[in-house]
Amino acid sequence: MRTIALDVPAWPGHRAGQHLDVRLTAEDGYSAERSYSIASAAGEPVAITVQRLDDGEVSPYLTDELRVGDELELRGPVGGYFVWEQADGGPLFLVGGGSGIVPLRSILRQRDRTGSDAAVRLLYSARTRSDLIYRDELARHRDGVEIIDTLTRERPDDGWTGYTRRVDRALLAETAWPAGKAGKQPLAFVCGPTSFVETVAAGLVALGYDPGRVKTERFGGTGGR
Amino acid sequence: MSPISRGFRRRHTVPEGAADRVPPGQYVTDGFPVLSAGPTPHTPLTEWTFSIRQGTGTLKSWTWQEFQELPAETVTADIHCVTRWSKLDTEWRGVAVSTLLDQVEHDAGYVMAFSDGGYTTNLPLADVTGGRAWVAYNYGGGPLASEHGGPARLLVPHLYFWKSAKWVRGLELMDKDQPGFWENYGYHMYGDPWREQRYQGD
Repeated sequence: MRTIALDVPAWPGHRAGQHLDVRLTAEDGYSAERSYSIASAAGEPVAITVQRLDDGEVSPYLTDELRVGDELELRGPVGGYFVWEQADGGPLFLVGGGSGIVPLRSILRQRDRTGSDAAVRLLYSARTRSDLIYRDELARHRDGVEIIDTLTRERPDDGWTGYTRRVDRALLAETAWPAGKAGKQPLAFVCGPTSFVETVAAGLVALGYDPGRVKTERFGGTGGR
Repeated sequence: MSPISRGFRRRHTVPEGAADRVPPGQYVTDGFPVLSAGPTPHTPLTEWTFSIRQGTGTLKSWTWQEFQELPAETVTADIHCVTRWSKLDTEWRGVAVSTLLDQVEHDAGYVMAFSDGGYTTNLPLADVTGGRAWVAYNYGGGPLASEHGGPARLLVPHLYFWKSAKWVRGLELMDKDQPGFWENYGYHMYGDPWREQRYQGD
């Protein structure tokens, strides 16, 4: 994964959770365009974090070839549903799988920037410890924010304090804010591969979350045939 | 003029003979990605109904059993998602929307498809009639999976697939075009993949 900071003259501003589209054009005129979640909060310079997909059309170029000073064609910001602003309040349950952490990080940065006191729990699932990103930033203490990590393909034996299993209903029951009563329901943002999102969203609803307060964003995945 | 991306070149290839079936900016996938706004709803078939509504009234409604007894068609179509994947030769079975609308008297120009979970999407009447749209309950030879919109979803292959509302429960007849769920968030009111109408202003 690579975080790319962009200098965009006349950028109209963005909201935490939105994405932008990047278009690449080859010399023969062939072009490819893909969407990437914005990794920064509203008011911060635009940045995206790109995960390299081995069979990707655009991501390998952005992670391997792109250099400081290169020009990129962008469109955005796009989206308005998977967005959090201070007025939306909390408590927030942010659940990210793999690169799904990107828009959640922008939401967390938004909370920091606005001085919101919304309580946050961020559950971050990755395969191995080396797949976890934004480590230093997430490790910083913030009042009212709890970061919970889980690894699905590694069991470190050197002081690891996170979980070491897939996110399932039982893990959600241990980590999610309680569903609470109508009118005081937590707000959940779930992002990652499609099967991860399906499991988590269904799990939260089973725990009593109002489906209208479980926002989902699914990345890639082929969903079978 | 688009800037040239230094060193960038095509990696994906389009399946042979398929180039003219892939709208601009799309790539072909063998999979069937799932995207959604919110958790997958689950309505028991004993409670499922499909309704044609207008204003505050329901003009016509079918239970699941009644719906299964309607004449159905097998449809093979290419589908195109606004997130840029296209899937060719998808197979469906369902009831033509014309079959449903023919059973009510109306002069509406537009419909708003509405679904379990609150999703909506707007379409001109001309785009859901004349053999262009179905309410599909089978995919790939079997019952439509809930992740893909089962028990039934709208199927409108000539438009971006967000118009093919998953978990559809009916159509609201409208005189004027109104934005549905994604249209309210900046997506195009019509959504023609061949004109790349992804976002408002396209």
